[in-house]
This record gives sequence, structure tokens and C-alpha cells, in this order.
Amino acid sequence: MDIAAKVIAVLADHTGRDASELSLDTTFESLGIDSLETVEMVMELEEELDTELELDQKVATIGELVKFIESKLD
Amino acid sequence: MGKLENKNALITGAARGIGYAIAQRLAQEGANVVIFDLCPEEAGDEAAKAIAEQCGVMALFRRVDVSNYEAVQIAVKALSKELGGIDILVNNAGITRDKVLLAMSEQDWDLVLDINLKSMFNTIKACYRGFMKKKAGRVINISSVSGLMGNAAQANYSASKGGVVALTKTVARELATRGVTCNAVAPGAIETPMTASMDQDALKALIATVPMGHMGKAEDIAACVAFLASDDAKYITGEVIRVDGGIAM
Repeated sequence: MDIAAKVIAVLADHTGRDASELSLDTTFESLGIDSLETVEMVMELEEELDTELELDQKVATIGELVKFIESKLD
Repeated sequence: MGKLENKNALITGAARGIGYAIAQRLAQEGANVVIFDLCPEEAGDEAAKAIAEQCGVMALFRRVDVSNYEAVQIAVKALSKELGGIDILVNNAGITRDKVLLAMSEQDWDLVLDINLKSMFNTIKACYRGFMKKKAGRVINISSVSGLMGNAAQANYSASKGGVVALTKTVARELATRGVTCNAVAPGAIETPMTASMDQDALKALIATVPMGHMGKAEDIAACVAFLASDDAKYITGEVIRVDGGIAM
């Protein structure tokens, strides 16, 4: 499963941006997304992935979030 | 119809005293209630059974040490699954270990801070995601006038209750855009098992400071909590309501 693509798709939908504008290095701050919104997106992803992720650390970039989700799915 | 029909309320330290009165009042308003307490199983079950019988709601008791982070996460998770989520969280559990600071042990400090303040971090964190998912929720934390004014021989208790006020305002700010309110109630001198065990001279001196001239009842606190839990208080967040007969005005 391509977690990065899923995360970017959810983020693109959430921010109204084109997925091509987003990369693993993109920071949530640059997208105007605060930490609570990150948690909410993770909750959306939980439903899509049918798993519990429970974001319990601060993630600054899309790449960090992807890494976190992958670690939970391992 | 009660103001809290079909809501699930979790109240900590609710097998007796103010917590029990709160559980009873929320149940009278139609809420299903869950009591967290460290009392013996039998006493907790009895408290829950009495509320269920009086009010015709579901009332459960769970023996949980609210100062234990893991225990709270596990218990709340199980309850959320069982009940379909928590709508109202009332953080009431509290203890005193009164001594002047010089005589206060490190254990006295840690125990009071753990039970009175850390417990609220534990329960709020356990409910946080559920509230965010529902985009609704009520958190009501029981502080104390000691937390607003300070009180000699209560460095630990006053600090914990002052911390409750700061925690309340912080949670209120974090979740304000998510339909969740967080408020505190600050009781003054209330007739409870906790005040009954106080030194009688200290109690008399305390009552002398009450402008209304007498102690309040647990039901006075419960009424305020029921209001904050209801839709009537939907635009109130980050507030501390004193229910103290005027002590800390």
C-alpha cells in the first residue's frame, strides 16, 4: 500500500490543493495546518486504512507523518 | 425530559461526596453515568445501583485509579466501545493531605498532585480523540477556591487546584473550534466526607470566612455541573464558576 500517496491525497482534499504541489518535505505549517488538524487527518486515515494509529508525537512534515503511519502498520 | 437524555457521562471520584451528587444529578437529567472510583467494588456497585434505580438510567461502576495513566486509557477505551462514546467528562476525584509546607513530605505533594491534577490529564487525554471525532463534548473539572486564593497548609492541594484552572483554560482553547467546551467549578466550603474529616477548629474558621455564613451542599456543586454539561451552557468555555457562598469574590 502506498501510504505516502494516500496521505497526500487526504491532504490535497483537506487543503484544496493539487496533489502535485505536495511532497514529503512539505511542512504542515506551510499548509496552514495546525497539530489538531493533523490529528483529525490521521483519524480520517484511520478509517480509510481501517486501523488505529493514535498520533502521539509531533510531526512537522508530510514525510514524518508517513513514516509514523508506516511504523504503526509494521 | 431531562436536559441530558441519551448522553453518557463519566464522573471520577463519584462513589461518594460531591462526585456522587454530581453523578446522581446528571442521571436525574437523563444521562447514563459511569463512576470511576478507587473505593471497594461493593461500595461502587452499590452507588451505581442506587442511581440506576432512582433515575432509570444505566449506571456503571469501574474501579480505576485515575492517577494511573495506562489504567485510565484502557478503562476509557473499553467504555467508549461499550457505550458508543463519552459525551460528558467530569473530573472530580480529589484528596487532601494538609500540612504546612515545612512539614509536608514529598509523598504528600506527589500523591495530591497525581490524584487531583495528573488524573485530569489522564482522563482528558483518553477522551480527547472521541470528542474530536464527535465534534462535541463537555469537560467539567472540579477545582476549588483554594486553587484561586491559596490556602495555608494546602500547598499541594492549592497548587493542584490552581493547576486545574490552567488546564481547564488550555483544553478550552485547544478544543474550542471542535465543539468541545471545558470549564471548571470551584467549590468553597462544602459539606462532604472530606470536610467532615477536617480539623474542627479549621472548619469553623473556614465557615467564618463565608459571606453567606454557612457551608454549601454537594447538590449545589452538582447543579452547577449539570448546567455546564447541558446545552444551556453551549457558549461557555474556559470559565471557572465559584460555588462558594461568596468566599473568593
